[in-house]
Amino acid sequence: MRAPDTILPLTIEGLGFARDGQPILSGVSFIIDAGPPSIIIGPNGAGKSVLLRLLHGLLVPSAGTIQWSGIADPRPRQAMVFQRPVLLRRSVLANATCPLALAGLSRAEQLARAHAALELVGLAALADRPARSLSGGEQQRLALGRAAALRPEILFLDEPCASLDPAATQAVEAIIARLATAGTKIVMTTHDLAQARRLAGEALFLHRGRLLEQSPAARFFTDPATSEAAAFLAGALVW
Amino acid sequence: MFRCLTLVMFALLSLPAFAQERSITIASTTSTEQSGLFGHLLPIFARETGIAVRVVALGTGQALNVGRRGDADLVFVHDRAAEERFVADGAGGPRLHVMFNDFVLVGPAADPAGIASMRDTNEALRRIAAARGPFVSRGDRSGTHAAELRLWQLAGVDPVAGRGAWYREVGQGMGPALNTAAAQGAYVLADRGTWLAFRNRQDLRILLEGDARLFNQYGVMLVNPRRHPHVKVADAQRFIDWIVAPAGQAAIAAYGIGGEQLFFPNATVPEPVS
Amino acid sequence: MNDVNAAFAAAAGLIVDADPAVLGIVMLSLQVSVCAVAIAAVIGLSLGALLAVTRFPGRGAVVVALNALMGLPPVVCGLLVYLLLSRSGPLGQWGLLFTPSAMIFAQAVLIAPILAALTRQVLESYWEEYAEQLRSFGAGPCRAVPTLLWDGRFALLTVLLAGFGRASAEVGAVMIVGGNIEGYTRVMTTAIALETSKGDLPLALALGIVLMAIVLGVNAAAHALRGNATRWAG
Repeated sequence: MRAPDTILPLTIEGLGFARDGQPILSGVSFIIDAGPPSIIIGPNGAGKSVLLRLLHGLLVPSAGTIQWSGIADPRPRQAMVFQRPVLLRRSVLANATCPLALAGLSRAEQLARAHAALELVGLAALADRPARSLSGGEQQRLALGRAAALRPEILFLDEPCASLDPAATQAVEAIIARLATAGTKIVMTTHDLAQARRLAGEALFLHRGRLLEQSPAARFFTDPATSEAAAFLAGALVW
Repeated sequence: MFRCLTLVMFALLSLPAFAQERSITIASTTSTEQSGLFGHLLPIFARETGIAVRVVALGTGQALNVGRRGDADLVFVHDRAAEERFVADGAGGPRLHVMFNDFVLVGPAADPAGIASMRDTNEALRRIAAARGPFVSRGDRSGTHAAELRLWQLAGVDPVAGRGAWYREVGQGMGPALNTAAAQGAYVLADRGTWLAFRNRQDLRILLEGDARLFNQYGVMLVNPRRHPHVKVADAQRFIDWIVAPAGQAAIAAYGIGGEQLFFPNATVPEPVS
Repeated sequence: MNDVNAAFAAAAGLIVDADPAVLGIVMLSLQVSVCAVAIAAVIGLSLGALLAVTRFPGRGAVVVALNALMGLPPVVCGLLVYLLLSRSGPLGQWGLLFTPSAMIFAQAVLIAPILAALTRQVLESYWEEYAEQLRSFGAGPCRAVPTLLWDGRFALLTVLLAGFGRASAEVGAVMIVGGNIEGYTRVMTTAIALETSKGDLPLALALGIVLMAIVLGVNAAAHALRGNATRWAG
């Protein structure tokens, strides 16, 4: 059941972005609604990371609109995890409480949420360790837990497993799946087709700055509508 | 750990060094401070009156400027001509005689200009100039510098011609000038008090003394309270009254280094009203 | 060499005897420089942090000016503060000239640009790394400043030490605005200058050795503090 103050669906129309006069995205239109994860796939340089940053508000579009629904301020209802986690020079616990403090939560609430989040990502035992002494996988799990503690309605993930080994990737995917099941809308980029297959509810195929396809995962992976997507799925399209 | 640091800071800040006390500020010369005279006089004055005296020791020219700007309550210096200008300008006064001592002409034991047997400053300075020194000048508009320039003038020598060669203006206090002279084997005019208290003489020694022209008079003046209303008139006047009275004069006479008296009280000598 | 040996012997004597006059000078030196660092830190850290996170026209000029001010000669700084605080100057009614407060004022003016310039440099690299993440948390540049200062605390401790070192080592400014008044504004460096001019070179050097021992002690304490906790900074 949908809360009355939801910010979804998210409507994107004619979105374009250029950097130094070079178009990176153009004419991108789609709608993201609550439900299973939306996975943005495409070869390197397709503009996936830029698209995610535009949606999250870290970049300002050169053209088009990004329209959230409802009347609530969409800003505190979203969170993002980056490819390389940016951990603060503090303890694991302090990393989890920092965004909550910035969001203006009481200290008690910060601690309650942070401990719950560390439990969720399996780092409760490391709460007092310096965050930057963690392994790569642990760091990314902390970044995920830190974002989850904000209890976002929509969570953007930019290639969260790109620099992780298979075991760490598996752990991160498990957490993502659990968050999605619990009702958080996941919007994630990846260039890893196997991972996309494991997580996707729907797939958005981005190629050379254009959105070529948005379809349910089952159909996209078996019967892509465009020849580029077919080539990409066959491993033939790397650019 | 930061709490620990905070504690240390708190301990530092709570020390009573900035406590207010009844005090006056004197702008004076390095010769009175560095010879140890003030170290001898001020505790006596403080005991008798409960007034702490803070001495800023500068060259006479600078000390008079501090007085002009109102940054001291009184001025205690030794350059009569400059002091009289100070009084005439309305910066302070009246000027009172306090004490005198004398300047000495100091130089290397080798004495290349051969002045050691002389009694006449004019002749000695002419010899130094002829032998091309070297001579170290204070060059800082202090009382000693003014006296030195007067002596050159009396001798009819313009040392400025030797500037950069044998005539070396250091632009610093008596001590640094003596340090420079010691290092360079140069002649230098010094006040006797600083010379006696000076420790780094190396092979410097007194080569000429006792000429009447080497007389060095000290005077004291209250900074004009009409120009600078914050001047602590009562306490500063108390100091002036004390230093020229028998008690203060006796204290001056009692001070010496190694059994040698440094300053000679002469406050009883009447001062012409200017 | 005799003079140097005598200096070390005299320094040891000064420390062992804990001569109250020397102790007073040491304490005043510490008080003045610690207070100056505290005041300059409030100004320098916030200015440096703001400069690290903001972009505006003319920012480059401000950064260059700040870096240049790190080389402000203490004598010039002392002269400026002297003219400000003199009874005939704009702040004359405060009556601060020739007091320890004037010395704190001058040293704070001297080192605030150093703290600001170094803070800017340290925090700018942090900001480069953190900016996107903090914006994702909803914190713009200004709200990011406390986060950056806290995360940079160990690097900034070194910055503060640089300021303390400069403040406690300078003689030009405190000599002019403090007046080197015995028992009131005489600090280590002005005492050293005085003993040098009195020609008592061993005593001057001995005081210098004591000063270095103090600065060494402060740095060692800071290093221990940092060593204890630097692992957090990664």
